[in-house]
Amino acid sequence: MGLYQYEITDIKKTDRIDRLIAHLFEKMPEIESARAKLITESYKETENEPMIMRRAKAFAHILENIPIIIRDDELVVGSSTIAPRGCQTYPEFSYEWLEAEFDTVATRSADPFYISEQAKREIKEADSYWKGKTTSELATSYMEPETLIAMEHNMFTPGNYFYNGVGHVTVQYEKVLAIGYEGIRAEAEKLLSECDFGDGDYARKSRFLQAVIISCNAVIAYANRYAELAKQMASECRDAARREELLKISENCSKVPAKGAESFYEACQSFWFVQQLLQLESSGHSISPGRFDQYMYPYYEADRKKGTLSKEFAQELIDCIWVKLNDLNKCRDAASAEGFAGYSLFQNLIAGGQNGDGVDVTNDLSFMTIQASMHVQLPQPSFSVRVWNGTPHEFLIKAAELTRTGVGLPAYYNDEVIIPALINRGLTLKDAREYNIIGCVEPQKAGKTEGWHDAAFFNMCRPMELVFSQGKDKGVQVGVVTKPVEEMKEFEEFYDAYKEQMNYMIKLLVNADNAIDVAHAQRCPLPFLSCMVDDCMKRGLTVQEGGAVYNFTGPQGFGVANMADALYAVKTLVFDEHKATLKEFKEALATNYGKGLTKEMVGEMTAQIASSLKEAGQDIGEKEIAAIMKTVIETSQMPAVKENGERLLKLIDQVPKFGNDIPEVDAFARDVAYTYTRPLQEYKNPRGGIYQAGLYPVSANVPLGAQTGATPDGRLAGTPVADGVSPSAGKDVNGPTAAANSVARLDHYIASNGTLFNQKFHPSALSGREGLEKFVALIRAYFDQKGSHMQFNVVSRETLLDAQKNPEKYKHLVVRVAGYSALFTTLSRSLQDDIINRTEQGFGA
Amino acid sequence: MEAYRQTKGRIFDIQKFSIHDGDGIRTIVFLKGCVLRCRWCCNPESQEYAVQTMKVQGEPKIIGQDVTVDEVMRTVEQDRPYYYRSRGGLTLSGGESLCQPEFARDLLRAAKEHGINTAMESMACAKYEVIESILPYLDHYLLDIKHMNPEKHKEFTGRSNELMLENAGKIARSGQTRLSIRIPVIPTFNDSEAEIRAIAGYAKKLDKESRQAGGLGIEKVHLLPYHRLGQDKYDGLDREYLMKDIVPPQAEKMAGLKKAAEQESGLVCQIGG
Repeated sequence: MGLYQYEITDIKKTDRIDRLIAHLFEKMPEIESARAKLITESYKETENEPMIMRRAKAFAHILENIPIIIRDDELVVGSSTIAPRGCQTYPEFSYEWLEAEFDTVATRSADPFYISEQAKREIKEADSYWKGKTTSELATSYMEPETLIAMEHNMFTPGNYFYNGVGHVTVQYEKVLAIGYEGIRAEAEKLLSECDFGDGDYARKSRFLQAVIISCNAVIAYANRYAELAKQMASECRDAARREELLKISENCSKVPAKGAESFYEACQSFWFVQQLLQLESSGHSISPGRFDQYMYPYYEADRKKGTLSKEFAQELIDCIWVKLNDLNKCRDAASAEGFAGYSLFQNLIAGGQNGDGVDVTNDLSFMTIQASMHVQLPQPSFSVRVWNGTPHEFLIKAAELTRTGVGLPAYYNDEVIIPALINRGLTLKDAREYNIIGCVEPQKAGKTEGWHDAAFFNMCRPMELVFSQGKDKGVQVGVVTKPVEEMKEFEEFYDAYKEQMNYMIKLLVNADNAIDVAHAQRCPLPFLSCMVDDCMKRGLTVQEGGAVYNFTGPQGFGVANMADALYAVKTLVFDEHKATLKEFKEALATNYGKGLTKEMVGEMTAQIASSLKEAGQDIGEKEIAAIMKTVIETSQMPAVKENGERLLKLIDQVPKFGNDIPEVDAFARDVAYTYTRPLQEYKNPRGGIYQAGLYPVSANVPLGAQTGATPDGRLAGTPVADGVSPSAGKDVNGPTAAANSVARLDHYIASNGTLFNQKFHPSALSGREGLEKFVALIRAYFDQKGSHMQFNVVSRETLLDAQKNPEKYKHLVVRVAGYSALFTTLSRSLQDDIINRTEQGFGA
Repeated sequence: MEAYRQTKGRIFDIQKFSIHDGDGIRTIVFLKGCVLRCRWCCNPESQEYAVQTMKVQGEPKIIGQDVTVDEVMRTVEQDRPYYYRSRGGLTLSGGESLCQPEFARDLLRAAKEHGINTAMESMACAKYEVIESILPYLDHYLLDIKHMNPEKHKEFTGRSNELMLENAGKIARSGQTRLSIRIPVIPTFNDSEAEIRAIAGYAKKLDKESRQAGGLGIEKVHLLPYHRLGQDKYDGLDREYLMKDIVPPQAEKMAGLKKAAEQESGLVCQIGG
């Protein structure tokens, strides 16, 4: 491929795509019981066999027996549930939360799911087998008591992998497209034949390779079930055109993914089975298709040269895949659903960028993938584009047109930052140049990496609370005992105390993540996934056991802007200008700046006081607790308390804030971000890799903000924490360029698990060709300054308010929520409000 | 530091990421003080040269700040990456920038000499010598023409229009700067087709004269629909807003006027900046 091999054509959407979408969104998503039943049946049959064989046999049993369906109008087939957008359950990871939520899951505010009484019964029956056998239970038993306490107190939440599969991977799609699972099976058989009974790793390696062979056969058989079904449906179909389509589907499925694809259509079907079945093997999300425009291109190009494929049909097939990506779904526990709101599976698909030699490889398909996202206007795939100095201008203009539709896509990524950042983590230059994005914003090299990219949420505000309480939370010693703030004489003492609390929490976070990591390796190794990641088969290890070439763990911190503003305010007001004392700050934070206490805060303070009285030797009974509670409430309402709060808020308001292009404040923020990113990279994971920080919150800044007390930046208790590396909501008052300049001053290279910068625009800022040109220039200029990622919500405030009032009118309204797109009406009210309240970046008056 | 960077002036705002006032992404510096008193003015705090107090959301705010060219340029410089990528730059606005001729000239010079594109929104209401001193540093003149009738102009803005129209001709013929005409479309003042045509006709004449003199002609005619966003500021200054019953022109009306302006002038016309 040479430079700029593309031709831009805008192809119209077909009616089929509209019909597919309408069908998909007819009903509330539903939880089905088939997988839970089948995996349990299989596990009961395989007690005492090696875990890897049990996993493979269970996978095969599921694929042999799970009900299958071809939906009306589909050209690419394969559904994990009978109900559109339905989900299966994965009791091997965790199950108790679902049983506890059986009766509320259909009515909860974030991501509700319908569940029938029969499904409840069947899932419950299956679950009874799993007590004591899940990854989450094993992980818990690997964790230290300090870690469990910290988690109980919401210092950080590794809930994602604690309760679910890991996912967060891009496999070698190109390999399946080229040689099919018969080819991969042959590789496994060859490696197995080369193993000697006497080899030290024989037991493990031979069983793993056998598990790969079983998995490959299972997938081939599954595709054949679809071939049979399509044939049968064709024989019963009265519509001649549809009959032909079904026969073609049947032909495709009997060939791929068993064998290599020989046409673009076959490649599409083959791709789809990989994408779907990875998510049926484990409940992990962020199974990311990656560089679809690259690995599909040879098939497209060959068909075009032969004259056997029209551009219109190629576009329709891509559109069909885009719809299918929204057919897959996952039910999370209520708390996680808030954190990952929007039924999102974060299947990140990226277009454009360079090849391994550093040549731009934007092609026809790069443009057609943008077109597909414009056609379907749905949250999946999480669509991204790569940007570098060699990116064709027209490609970015086309991407900006997609942004202008208001769908919250694409996210823009800067090759000029990400490539060196990955090289710094040990990737080869060639691998780094071929990166794609996983999930929200996490870069990696496809088919070689187990990145554990979304390993936990780490709320940087919580250690600040510990500084003021000497490490106590609700009366329990959770953090380190640092010096009482009243005795601190220098700002450095205060900052050091924060760092000490941070370092300790980071260590506990590592303890939690590594415990979970080991549990996955022992209880849920994944043979199917591992046969598509190098060098698992050669090493005889699954990705969970360290079989991948590159191994990382990437927990994400958030609240950089809050902590930068908080520490800067303390430094300025207490130590530089002597306008306030730390004692006054402590009082103001404990009383939420005199703005009233929530029930939780009253409970927390009461517990805190009761525990210190107990330590002092007093007897504390119910009567005493009631008295303390009364005092707490009364104290918080005293005029002196309110006055102190008001005064501090006013003072804090006058201190410069991050996000306004003030070099001194921004340099300070850069240093504050290092309190998370630097200590973290010193740790190792059980797969032989290192930790690398991300700075992005998904949407957890809202629910986790709700569990966070007031902070010294003037943020009130329970309100959202700042989003990603973006400035605190409403604190950036100098417009989008100033905010972008500030954010660019953070070190994006060290946060190699990704950073996230959100901006929001009115559609009129992008109107006309001129608007698109200026918008692209804004992205280019931010990237010139070495920002890593940028994404945009383009939708008017009025539209969002109306959607809150009339959700039924806006079933398809998509907004970008920190790292992915979601259906606005499915978000919880508080997250909706957060999106509405974020600073709307103006455009010239 | 060059002496001209020490020139002092009075501004009341600097607005970054302006995308409707000249090419690309721009930073607008608003100079304080104006010769006119347009009834519809959306920046009434710009009119007096004196520093004023205006209530903004109930809180008193000091309007007007004395700064040097160098201080302003430090802020303007911050968005250089965006000018570079979008071919944007600095725009002076007001008030009428020509009320502070040395300051305006030296701001433009500081930008121009450091590779930043310059534009100025102005009515050209000053002695031509003042304008002449600025032109070498100005890439794009965004020239306001509000009305062709001197009496009506005086009634609504406080001043007759002869000097401005005469200067418009001289600027056009100077050939030293790109020139665009901006017409604020104000109901009850100039929103009839005949009035817009009159201005468009004058723009055509300017274009012809400019080209005959070897200049670039008129680049564009902008029709800027009246808006009420400045209304609260009148309350904040304790002044009465005389246009409160005036409704902004409808989109169809603007489209009609644009068509009329195009027919009359034969120039590229657009709605908005």
